[in-house]
Amino acid sequence: MFENVSAEMLGNIYVGLLGLSVLLYAILDGYDLGVGVLIPPRTEAFRDDMIASIGPYWDANETWLVLAIGLLLIAFPEAHSEFLQTLYLPATFMLLGLILRGVAFDFRAKVVQVKKRKWDMVFKYGSLLTTLAQGYMLGIYVTGLRTDIWAQGFALLAAFGVTAAYAFIGSCWLILKSEGELQQKAYYWARRGLGVLAVGIIAVSIANLTLHDDVRDLWLSAPWGYVLFAIPVVCFALLALCAVLLKKLPNTQGKGEWLPFFIALLVFLLCFTAFGISYYPFIIPGQMTVMDALSDANSLRFLLVGVVIVVPIILAYTAMVYKIFAGKSEKLSYY
Amino acid sequence: MDAFLLSRLQFALNISFHILFPTITMAMGWFLFYFKLRSNTSGHPVWMRMYRFWVRVFALSFALGVVSGVTMSFQFGTNWPGFMEKVGNVAGPLLGYEVLTAFFLEATFLGIMLFGIRRVPNWLHTASTLIVALGTTTSAFWILALNSWMQTPQGFEVVDGVVYATNWKEIIFNPSFPYRFVHMMLASGLTASFLIAGLSAYRMLKGDDKLAPKLALKTATYTAAVLIPLQIFAGDMHGLNTLEHQPQKVAAMEGLWETTEGAPLLLFAIPDEENKENHFEIPIPYGASVILTHELKGEIKGLNEFEGEHPPVAPVFFGFRVMVGMGMLMLAVSWLGSLYLMRNKDLPVWLKRTFAGMAFSGWIATLAGWYVTEIGRQPYLVSGVLRTADAVTQLPPANIALSFTLYLVIYTVLLIAYMGTLMLMCRRAVEIEEITTEEREVAKAKMQPTDPDPSTV
Ligand code: HDD
Ligand code: HEM
Ligand code: HEM
Repeated sequence: MFENVSAEMLGNIYVGLLGLSVLLYAILDGYDLGVGVLIPPRTEAFRDDMIASIGPYWDANETWLVLAIGLLLIAFPEAHSEFLQTLYLPATFMLLGLILRGVAFDFRAKVVQVKKRKWDMVFKYGSLLTTLAQGYMLGIYVTGLRTDIWAQGFALLAAFGVTAAYAFIGSCWLILKSEGELQQKAYYWARRGLGVLAVGIIAVSIANLTLHDDVRDLWLSAPWGYVLFAIPVVCFALLALCAVLLKKLPNTQGKGEWLPFFIALLVFLLCFTAFGISYYPFIIPGQMTVMDALSDANSLRFLLVGVVIVVPIILAYTAMVYKIFAGKSEKLSYY
Repeated sequence: MDAFLLSRLQFALNISFHILFPTITMAMGWFLFYFKLRSNTSGHPVWMRMYRFWVRVFALSFALGVVSGVTMSFQFGTNWPGFMEKVGNVAGPLLGYEVLTAFFLEATFLGIMLFGIRRVPNWLHTASTLIVALGTTTSAFWILALNSWMQTPQGFEVVDGVVYATNWKEIIFNPSFPYRFVHMMLASGLTASFLIAGLSAYRMLKGDDKLAPKLALKTATYTAAVLIPLQIFAGDMHGLNTLEHQPQKVAAMEGLWETTEGAPLLLFAIPDEENKENHFEIPIPYGASVILTHELKGEIKGLNEFEGEHPPVAPVFFGFRVMVGMGMLMLAVSWLGSLYLMRNKDLPVWLKRTFAGMAFSGWIATLAGWYVTEIGRQPYLVSGVLRTADAVTQLPPANIALSFTLYLVIYTVLLIAYMGTLMLMCRRAVEIEEITTEEREVAKAKMQPTDPDPSTV
């Protein structure tokens, strides 16, 4: 099968798939990492309900990361080893964060009360470590894996930006999944996250223009320039709309609760699209193109069979699970 | 220390930690499916009680398996870039198929299995349990296909030092794969059985005289008693297969230096690599030849024929004895336990203690087995194709030393927390009244008159 798919095509297919899994990861694990970051450290109220809201999902969400890193490894091995060797330490910290939060989630439900509080903190700070490390890695990646002081500064900015974005989508998720006091609190968190996110988007858009010459040229020339400038504008319109909604919705008895999360989704999608247009055909910005890094076409064709059959099935049963657990989350009890 | 040694240590640490949890979850998924089926067919509430207790053990083990597995998938790029550069065209798609066909399946349906029982129809909950069990087994299939290919590679060609796949069927079903897959699944079955039996015995020792731990102990002991002879047989076949493809490994397992006709089976010895001899041998004459060639005077190649190409002898030699020793112990304990149980007798306290003490014995045998397999493949990463030393990273050793230390600390803490939490769950289960009045009524309506009275469970 797929003998007549050219290497060029394969490169595009696999970079598209990689993009899809990164985007889905950022959205899906984004909200559950965000919920983790938001866990209130001092008060014990809300914690059970917050964690219950992501219970059935977090594991599958994280699998998109495994797929993304796997696709990078399989299709673009050189980019993969370059990326992970440059970012060895932040990647290690991200993994440690993921380990801590993943197990804390389960331990907390099985230990005595005193220890439960400790695992809750492990959960919160594990999530935070993960989001900061991911943002930092994203920052360094965007600079084309530079490690000078400017790149580091940009990466730090990105670390906070990504954390804010995750916290924002996390609070929108909570608005959707919770009720009562927790929901009120989630509205408050969402309003605050929104501001930080808006600043972050401006900062990243500007930085984008200064980092790579060809990206700037792309932004300043027709026709892609229009699209690229339209994206931040639309994002801002959406965020403004969201700000209004966040004020109004608490008094609408549950109508339109899904809107903030939906808007957050669109914003993630738009930012990601701008990013993709800016850097294509590079797999490492300014350094290595998709075709430079592509691995053996025959192996990719072999895997493509599985991709074509299995990915739609994965999407289908993922949708099914979201449907099953739709509505307000229940108390977490194992059955 | 250099990057090479540190990378090896880190990889060994990560994979050793990771495999502890899949060995439990792979088989426990099938145990849970069995409990659920029994619950569906008999309606007796004790099966659901067992499901509930063990699904929590499963969830915890699964979480530890997932997070350490995610770490594993980064190890290739961070510490073994040469591995992917040279054999990535084979390894990549196999790993890719694992993610696509197994990881998503198990991770997604786990959500339904753990939290969905009140939201989905019963059949879908049962199906989800089955799908999770199938998912963990599928993931073992792919990863073992890769690992076996690294032991006995075929179906590829080498162009400019890079491996290209030529025949995927040959790659997946390489000569050692069937043996490894069967042996590993049985190992998982034994590990889970001894865990279930051991923790149930521990509950009983703590004064739990409900039906659930008794029934779990019985189910697990019988399972172990059936699986262990199969495992010994499969292990023997596995050894013959290894003799054919990796004779140097078998020579190390047997501690045999000179090629010998009628080689002895060494129950114990201390191999001395420098002088190429053993100390303190306890031999059974002709034993190794009989087991491996089925002839008294069969010839077995010695290590000296593989100068510079054979693995370090001592770890392989001892690892093999630990695994086989553990297997013999499992045979004795599970059969003895079954004898008591079949005569409808309660286990004596000392036997309960033995079971409790062997709760984690599967781990020891499994790790020992993997060490034999993996160290026995050295100095190669892919037998005859890629040397381990040629695949290592160029990272600064200080960075690896840091990450290694962090992993070591976290994994140690987690291992202690995991074992401690399982014990705690057992002690707590003692106090919980297992069956509620409501459940008792539902059960009574469904039960046969011959079933045990639910008020006693
Ligand atoms: C024989 C079985 C076996 C072996 C040798 C390995 N694994 Fe594994 N792995 C499993 C059996 C398994 C499993 C039973 O399928 C797990 C355990 C818990 C789970 O989620 O699936 C798993 C989980 C798991 C996960 C998390 C999946 C998820 O998010 O759900 C990853 C990324 C890996 N593994 C990767 C690896 C790598 C890179 C390995 C080798 C170098 C490896 N595993 C060896
Ligand atoms: C899950 C059970 C496994 C265990 C317990 C295990 C254990 C080990 C150990 C202890 C070593 C070190 C040998 C030495 O350096 O002397 C090793 C080496 C290695 N194994 Fe495994 N292994 C397992 C599975 C796998 C699988 C499934 C793969 C491949 C996909 C794999 C790939 C490797 C590689 C790349 C090395 C070389 C690095 C090194 O020498 O440390 N292993 N393994
Ligand atoms: C008692 C009889 C047993 C025999 C004769 C036996 C034999 C073997 C042999 C020959 C190998 C292969 C080494 C290689 O060539 O790569 C092996 C590997 C292994 N053994 Fe055993 N074994 C026995 C019991 C057990 C038990 C009780 C367990 C675990 C509960 C176990 C777990 C493993 C594992 C995990 C491996 C590595 C994976 C693999 O290669 O499949 N074995 N065993």
